[in-house]
Amino acid sequence: MAFRPPHEIHARRFGRNLGVALLLAGFVALVFALTVVKVTRGDPMKGYDHVVEPALLPDPGKTP
Amino acid sequence: MAEIRVFDGAPEAGFGDYVALLKPRVMSLVVFTALVGLLVAPVRLHPVEAFAAILFIALGAGAAGALNMWWDADIDAVMKRTKARPVPSGRVTGDEALAIGLALSGVSVVMLGLATNLAAAGLLAFTIFFYAVVYSMGLKRLTPQNIVIGGAAGAFPPMIGWVCATGSVSIEAVLMFAVIFMWTPPHFWALALFMKEDYHTAGVPMLTVTHGRKATRAHVLAYALLLAPVAIWAAATSIGGPFSMAVSLALSVWFAKGGYDIWRRDEILAEADKYAVEKAFFRFSLLYLFGIFAAYLIEAGLKAYGLGGW
Repeated sequence: MAFRPPHEIHARRFGRNLGVALLLAGFVALVFALTVVKVTRGDPMKGYDHVVEPALLPDPGKTP
Repeated sequence: MAEIRVFDGAPEAGFGDYVALLKPRVMSLVVFTALVGLLVAPVRLHPVEAFAAILFIALGAGAAGALNMWWDADIDAVMKRTKARPVPSGRVTGDEALAIGLALSGVSVVMLGLATNLAAAGLLAFTIFFYAVVYSMGLKRLTPQNIVIGGAAGAFPPMIGWVCATGSVSIEAVLMFAVIFMWTPPHFWALALFMKEDYHTAGVPMLTVTHGRKATRAHVLAYALLLAPVAIWAAATSIGGPFSMAVSLALSVWFAKGGYDIWRRDEILAEADKYAVEKAFFRFSLLYLFGIFAAYLIEAGLKAYGLGGW
């Protein structure tokens, strides 16, 4: 079965579609970059894994 | 070959029309002032976070612009300067403008909150609400002080930039807000003096129409004079220093002189030289704001070498 020729709306809206595609790709890249930055800077994010780990409890003598 | 067209004849929006919906020229000012607010703050953000913060502040401003274009399409259709905007020209429907405005508001506020902090996100949300609801829907059509209120919305970006970095509002952020807040009315009223838009037909109570051009000239002078102490106070805080104080003093004196020149003239004189003084004042007002904020930025740069600052 042959492919149908593209509908003219695809040709006409190519500019818009390309713009949206680039925006979405840029957004994904930015969110990924933000994630990498926030994770590698190591904000405290370790939690308990099934068992309570006293090492993770905040030190009562120290203000956070 | 037979083709079935979805619409016939109606103008179709290109990508650029959707960009125009976000008022890119206003956005450029937002980007600049928010960037200055972020960079002069005493806390450094990671460059990726700073980039994301500026991007989403600009996007929030664009969302407010799209909401304004949706609400004000009836006004825009009447006035020459705005007739060709995407909604009044029929390339983008009002519903689309509303949908884009609401969606981008949500995206920009949530993303700013994730990239920086919740205080900045809340401030951005408030700015969008203030511009779209309080200004566009509420007071713009009710009071000749509309420019003053709209100016407040435009004054938030440097404060948001500052809060992105520091997490809270401080006197420096408030003064950067105040500089733009006091600057907007003389800037815009000078434009209203020589553009002579048909605000009356559009139903917008512009000061030039409601209180006359003489009163508008007096208002320009009053704000130009009141702006000077605000700009000088801002230069005296931690974001300023000898350099930005000198720039603020020089620009403010010149700005006040421009306001005085406008106040001294009457319409006959202005007609005679085709509003040369008003146009020059308007152009200078753009340079004024750019100069003041660039001075804070240069001061911050100098501090890195132990030169600027108090």
